[in-house]
Formats: sequence, C-alpha cells, structure tokens
Amino acid sequence: MAPRTIEMQLQTPGLDAQGRVQMSPLGLQRIDRTADDLHAEHMLVNIGPQHPATHGVLRLVVELDGERVIRVIPHIGYLHSGFEKLGEYRHYNQIVPLTDRTDYLSPMANNVCLAMAAEKLMGIEITERCTVLRVIACEMSRIISHLVWLGTTGIDLGAMTPFLWSFQQRERIYNLQESWTGARLTTSLTRVGGLMADIPDSFEAGLRDFCRTFPKTLDEVDTMFTRNAIWAGRTQGVGVLTREEAINFSLSGPMLRASGVEWDLRKDKPYLGYQDYDFDVPVGEHGDIYDRYRIRLEEMYQSTRILEQALDKLAKLKGAPINVSDPRVILPPKSRAMSDMEAMIFHFKQVMEGVSAPAGEAYLGIENPKGELGYYFVSDGTAKPVRWRIRPPSLINLAALPKMCEGALLSDVIAINASVDIVMGEIDR
Amino acid sequence: MSPAPDVPALRAKFGTAVTRHAVIAGDDIVWIAADRAREALAWLKAEGYGYLVDITAVEYRDPELPLEVVWMLRDLGTARDLRVKVALDPKAPLAVDSVVDLWRGADWLEREVYDMFGVTFRGHPDLRRLLMWETYHEGHPLRKGFPLRGHFSRAEQTRQALAANPEAHYSMEELSIAEAYDDLPQEMRERLARGERGNV
Amino acid sequence: MGLTLPEAPGATVSSMSPNWMTTRVDAVINWGRANSLWPMPFGTACCAIEFMASAAARFDLSRFGMERMSFSPRQADLLICAGRLPFKLAPVIRKIWDQMPQPKWAISMGACASTGGIFDTYAMVQGIDTIIPVDVYVPGCPPRPEGLIYGITMLQKKVRGETLFDWNLRDERPLGPEGLFLPAPRIDEISEPFGNSVHQTRSA
Repeated sequence: MAPRTIEMQLQTPGLDAQGRVQMSPLGLQRIDRTADDLHAEHMLVNIGPQHPATHGVLRLVVELDGERVIRVIPHIGYLHSGFEKLGEYRHYNQIVPLTDRTDYLSPMANNVCLAMAAEKLMGIEITERCTVLRVIACEMSRIISHLVWLGTTGIDLGAMTPFLWSFQQRERIYNLQESWTGARLTTSLTRVGGLMADIPDSFEAGLRDFCRTFPKTLDEVDTMFTRNAIWAGRTQGVGVLTREEAINFSLSGPMLRASGVEWDLRKDKPYLGYQDYDFDVPVGEHGDIYDRYRIRLEEMYQSTRILEQALDKLAKLKGAPINVSDPRVILPPKSRAMSDMEAMIFHFKQVMEGVSAPAGEAYLGIENPKGELGYYFVSDGTAKPVRWRIRPPSLINLAALPKMCEGALLSDVIAINASVDIVMGEIDR
Repeated sequence: MSPAPDVPALRAKFGTAVTRHAVIAGDDIVWIAADRAREALAWLKAEGYGYLVDITAVEYRDPELPLEVVWMLRDLGTARDLRVKVALDPKAPLAVDSVVDLWRGADWLEREVYDMFGVTFRGHPDLRRLLMWETYHEGHPLRKGFPLRGHFSRAEQTRQALAANPEAHYSMEELSIAEAYDDLPQEMRERLARGERGNV
Repeated sequence: MGLTLPEAPGATVSSMSPNWMTTRVDAVINWGRANSLWPMPFGTACCAIEFMASAAARFDLSRFGMERMSFSPRQADLLICAGRLPFKLAPVIRKIWDQMPQPKWAISMGACASTGGIFDTYAMVQGIDTIIPVDVYVPGCPPRPEGLIYGITMLQKKVRGETLFDWNLRDERPLGPEGLFLPAPRIDEISEPFGNSVHQTRSA
C-alpha cells in the first residue's frame, strides 16, 4: 500500500504569558514497521466528544493497528466552565451550589467537602449531629455515584437491564434528597458551620427502608455479573495497572485500591468521625476492570452498613443542633432576625458581606466515590477566597488511561474508560 | 520503614534554599527557592513522599505578593502531608522545572497550571493547553488580570470558538505517528525537530 | 443547508393555501413525527443525568416514542442539549446540528443551555440559541424529569401545528459572513450580564 500524502496545518498548541510561541524539543518516536508484512497503515480514530460511551464530553484519539490499540490520547476541556475562577467572586456559602455541579453524580459529598474545607480554614468545629448527618450525606452520595457507574458500565459492555435497576434505586435516594434539601440533584446541602436544614420527619424511616431493601438489588446485580462468563471475559485482565504505577499516577479511590494499595481516606486520615464506624474497605489485587467492579459493588454494601450505624447514632442525638452557635457564621433563625436587632445585624452582615475567613490556606481531601476530592482554599482575610482549587479525582485517574490501554483492543478501550468512573464536570471544571 | 522527612530534616539538607516554613490550619508548608525546587522535590520523593496529591498555582490579589506554584506531597505509609511552594515574580515570565519523570501524575496537572496560569514547566514532554482549546489566545484565565467574563466580547469569543475546529488540532504526539511523519514535507520535519509549532 | 429566507415583508410565501387535503396529510405526517421523535441526547453535564432519569423506568420517555436515543445525528430528529455548553464545545454542537437532516428540532434543556445559567464566565456559551436555532427552552437547574417531559409535550404540540406545505418552514438560517448564527451585536446584547451575575452581592 503506497503511503498516502498528507497535508496538515500545524497549529500552535501553546503560547507563553507574553504570547510568544512555546519551543520545546520533541522526542519523535518512530515505530518500526519492518515486522509488519502487510505494511498496513495505522489508523487515527476519533471517539467523541459527542459519543454515548465516553461518559460525558471526552475526546479520545486512538491510534489503531487493525483492532489493536497502539496509543490513546485523551483530550479534555469540553466542559470547562470556569468554576475555579467563579469561586473567586463568591462568598464561601455561595460556592456551595457550584460544588453540586462539578461531580454531579454525588453532589452531597462535594457539598460536605466544601464546608469542611472552609471550616478547616476558619477553624470552626461542627456539632455532633451535623457530623452524623454529613456522614449520611456522603454515604448516600457514594451509593448513587456507584449506581450510575454500574448502570453506564453495564450499558457500555452490552448489559441494558442493570441501568434501569440502578436508576430505579437512585430514584429512592433522590426522593430522600428531595425531602431533605428540596432538590433531587443540585442539593446545596451544607453551609459553613452546619447544614441548610435538618432532616424531615419522614427521612429516617425512608432511609431505614432503603437500607433494608437495597442489598437485595445489589444481590441481583451480583448474580448477574460476578460469575458471568461474558462479564468476566471482558473485564478480567483488562486495563491492568500495577501497584507502583497506581501510586506513581497519583490515582485514588477504587482505582487505587483495585491495584492493591490499601489507602482509603476514611480509614487512613479519618474525618467526620469515620473511625467510630464499623465498616470494611475492599482492596483488589489484579488492578483490572473486574477488581474495580468488585470493589465498587462491595463499597455499596459497606455504605449501607455505615448508613444503618449512622441512623442509630442519629436516634441518640434527637433535637441536637445541626449548626454551630456562632452567629457570625450561621444565619440566625428568621423569626429572630425579624424581631431582635442584634440578630438582624448579624443576618445583614452575613448576607451582604459574607463570612470572612482568616488569611491563610487549607487543603482538605475526602474519600469521594471517585477518589480523593480535595478543595484547597487560599484566603487573604476577605469573605471571598483568593484561590479555590478543586483537586479532581477523575482527572488524575483519567490521566492513566493511555497507560491502561496499551496493547488493548478497541472495545477494551471503552471498557477501560468506563472502569475509570469519570465525570467530566469534575475533570474540566 | 523510616518515616518521611519532616521539615527540620529538609532544612538540614537544603539549608537556605528553604526560605520559609509555616504551619497553617494544621498543615506543614515550606517555601523553597525556585532554582532548587526540583532537587528538593526529588529528594523528598526518594525519602518517602512517593505520592503526589496535587500541583497547582496561586496568584494573590495583592500585586506585590508572588505567584506561588504549589506541590502537595503525601507519604502513604505514615499518612503525612507536605505542601511545597515556590514563589515566582508575577510580572516576570513564569517557569519552574517539571516533575513528570518523578511522578507521572504530574503530567496533566502541570499542563493545567500552564493553561490556567501560563507557568512553563521546563522539561515537560508535551506542554500544551489542557482545558482551553489549542489556539486559545485570550490569555491565561486564572490570572488575576484576566476578567471573569474574558477579555473579548461574547460575539468575538463565539466567533473564535466556532472557528477553532477541534478535530484539526492534533497534538505533537499524534503527529509523531510514523506514517504521518514520513509524509510531512522536509521543512516541516525540520521545524518539528526544532520544536517549533507554526503560527497562530 | 442554507436556502435563503424571504427577507422582504412583501415576499411571497410559496406554500399551498390550506385545504381539507393538506390538513389531513399534515395531521397524519405530524402525528407520526410528534409521536416518534428520536432524540439525540447532547448531554454534557448535570442535566444529562436528569435526562437519563427521564429515560429510565420511573419517568419513562418510551411512552412518548423517544426511547430510541440516536447518538448518530444522521438518524435523529431532536437535539436535546442537556447541560452547559462551553466555547470549546461550540463547534461540536454546530457540526452535530448541521449533520442532522431535516425535519429537526432542538430543545435547550436547563438554564445553562438556555442562557448560560450560573456560568457567566469566559468559557461558557451564554445560551445555545446563539449557535443553533432552539424550539423549546426548558428552564431548571436541572429541570425535573416532569419539567423536561412538559417541554417535550410542548414541542410535540409545536410539531403538530406545522404544515408540510409551507416550503420555507424547514429552511435553515445560514451562518452569517463571520460564521456566526446570530449577528454579533445581537449575541452581545443577549449575553449581557444579568444584574449581579458576576459578583453576586449587592455590596461588591
């Protein structure tokens, strides 16, 4: 086959701060084709950004030798919204709605992380009831995030039904979220120093009912997938990352644990009182897609366990306050703000000027369903942060995709991409 | 296993290159001189901080304060965190050394800092924009001089966006695929070898 | 694509005047079109998750004939832009829209697709109607599945009101000389910051 003629325009990829073209020496690698009898060309195939299986607007450029992948180059940024810049123009409580929209599959967990990071910066200790409610929020978020992962990965690999099962279970959690915060998805649950509202009366019964019946759905999924020859054949030994690679790529969450690294922020750097809960953390050994599936499935069982324990703790804290009693941080109740002068002034100052953070900085990472979500705040003493950095677990996990896809088949690329459990809102921010 | 070095050990090894140390909100933060930053990071990694948590940059509202590049390191064995910062002059060209060969997770993190702040990471194999498109020349969005809604008008931004065909921009990595390389004109191959990437 | 619209007000509209035959034909054609809209889910962000929930068992778009999601634009009737649209994605949606054959409709789902939503930033298109023609806007952040379904029924009503015999109805407004869908001053006008969308406080 004669080599084809190509005309390509070289577009510049980079300009420095002064607008000059960046020069960096390139190491061009030549692929040895002497062993290739057919002299077949390598194809460049573009997947995305609009594609059902990319889990959002991700673009993968895949170099193929027939069906086998030589290289995968991901392109991101198709959902870049300017969150971090926007955060610099908002008070800390006004950033809470922004966090719903980064990882929109587990919004309550992001809300909790933001409030905790701001409280770390400001040196605020939250109440015990608030701690337990935040654990409930985080674990509910873990369940709904893993359910989306399960459903969409099933679809990618050809299984349509678990998608419907998982979305039906998600609707039950959505009902609970809606009764608590008023919104199904964009919950904006937390405030600095507390929560937007306490749980309604019907919540505990609803959550207990969920915890009682949800493991049956997980058992059905387990029956369907775990010893399924097609599932195992497509996921075992695919997308393998060794332990050293996983640490070197800064992976976190189930991706890291699938490769055998026993690291879970809830156990190793406990927050929100997780050290007082009795739960296990599954750790894999092969680092392939199958291990990641087993880990996420087991994490859902464990989350249910944690939720039951949290409800027991909550029963002992009936009537306890959910917000700190500091009126400079938490809005006073509306009835007091309308009748008491001092409360009105506190209300006025918080709404008009926001709550100031002391000059300094704080980083807080929590174990989000996707990995370690970290918020880094830098403050100059005003009510708006100087810098709000989101440490996105999905971005860092996705960066390992080219390594995982080396030598895989094209259909494996889809499976591996699904196993990373990405959400583009978080990656692109 | 000996624990990862703490700040006094770092000070003992690098002396005056460690310009400042602070404990803020319970976290250890050290400032290192820009020219010895890579050496210090390599030493920290060799001594136990094998996990890179994040790389980012901070520009303050006060123009007198430096622009800091921040590395967050962690020792998984002892669950100890360390934040390393390098202070750069915000008015001068921003450049630090890349640590991609130490932690591969640094690849995209450094590309993002380049995209958002314009900090060049010397030695990075493929430093190009990550979140904005390749020919984006409105600036570096997270700099304080860059307004929230951008410099250009909305119509101009739409015009530039619609003109930027995403599939036309292949990265150097993609172009280096051997087949394409053979077919490139000679002068283009020479330009590639020199590292030039054409005009905007 | 790119048939010119009759701009002059007195220009003749080349369509047949409606009579019993045309209305019957229209009723049948539009019944078919409205009840089997094949959506192309251009799902970007959170609204895409609510769209998926609409398609799932509880809210079930299948009742409207829309369970056949067409991810190939060439086989789709309805582009549902579910989620925010950054500038980097603008040429992509334009290309997808251009690849869809007529008759085609577009639903802008959510506040971000309709107006840019809470993202009045350097990176966000302030409403997809600056790039493609939109038939129905569904507000919400994200809209509840019931809200999306209400928008879909609104679109079905619009489809039923169309006539096959108006030759210019399905004409595309061509891209202007600068490659823009709307004139530049119009884009700037509808993208003006709303109130305090930048600083979000009354004091700053």
